[in-house]
Amino acid sequence: MDRNIAGVTIQVNEEGYLTNFAQWNTAIGDALAAEADLALTPRHWEVLNYLQTEFKNDSPLSIRKIGKSGVVDIKEFYQLFPTAPLKTASKIAGIPKPASCI
Amino acid sequence: MSQNNGDIKKMMIILSKATLENVYAAFVLANGARMEGIEAEMFFTFFGLEAVHKEKLEHLHVATVGNPAMHMPTLLGGLPGVEALATHMMKKEMEKIDMPDVHEFLDILKASGVKLWVCKLAMDMFHYKKEDMYEDIDGILTVGDFYRQGRGEGTHMLFI
Repeated sequence: MDRNIAGVTIQVNEEGYLTNFAQWNTAIGDALAAEADLALTPRHWEVLNYLQTEFKNDSPLSIRKIGKSGVVDIKEFYQLFPTAPLKTASKIAGIPKPASCI
Repeated sequence: MSQNNGDIKKMMIILSKATLENVYAAFVLANGARMEGIEAEMFFTFFGLEAVHKEKLEHLHVATVGNPAMHMPTLLGGLPGVEALATHMMKKEMEKIDMPDVHEFLDILKASGVKLWVCKLAMDMFHYKKEDMYEDIDGILTVGDFYRQGRGEGTHMLFI
C-alpha cells in the first residue's frame, strides 16, 4: 500500500515495512524513527547502516548475529532500540521484517 | 474492568527440566519475547537448575529414553553412549541453524534484559550455592517472590 512520509510516497506492507528499499532515504528513516518515539543518534545510524549492508548482501539477520557483528553488542542494541530492537531497527532501515526466532 | 486489550506484556517462564530440548524451548521463548518487545523472566527450579549450574550447563543431554519422538526403541536409547551420540547430533544441527550453545544463550538472554531467577527450595534441596550458578543470575527467589515479579496486567506464565 502507499503511504506519505517525509514529503514522499512510498510503498509499505500491512505492518509498515518498506517493500522497496530503493524508495528509502535518511529523511524517511528519521520519520519512521519518530513514529517509534526514537531520535536517531550517530550510534543508531551505524547500526542501521550495518543492517542495510547485511540486507544488500542477502544475509539473514538475527539477534545472535547482531551480537557478533562487531558494530554493536546485544545490550547496547536493546538500549538503542528498546522495544523489539531487530524489528524496529529493520523497519526504520527500510528493510524487510526479519524472520529469525533467535 | 480490565483495561488490557489482550496484549502480552510479560512472559514468566518456569523451567523444571534440564534435557536439552526443554532448555532450548524455554530459552527460545524467553528470547523471542524480548525480540517482540515483551518482558521476560525465567525461574529455574528442580532439574531446571542444571541449565544455570556452571559445571553442568555445558553438559546437558537430549532424552533418548521415554521420548517417543526420538523414534528409538527404549532399550536402545538406554545403551551406553547412545544419549551422548544423539546429543552430539542435535548440537551439530543446532549450530547449522545458528543456535547458540547454552552458555552463550544465557549471555544473550541476559544482554536482552531477561531476568534469571533460581528457586530457593530447589537450591537447598540440591545443596547448590549462588557461586555454583551462572554468574549473572539475578537472585534466589521463593515461589511467592516469583509470583510477585509477575504482577500486573498482560502477564503470562509458562511451565516447562
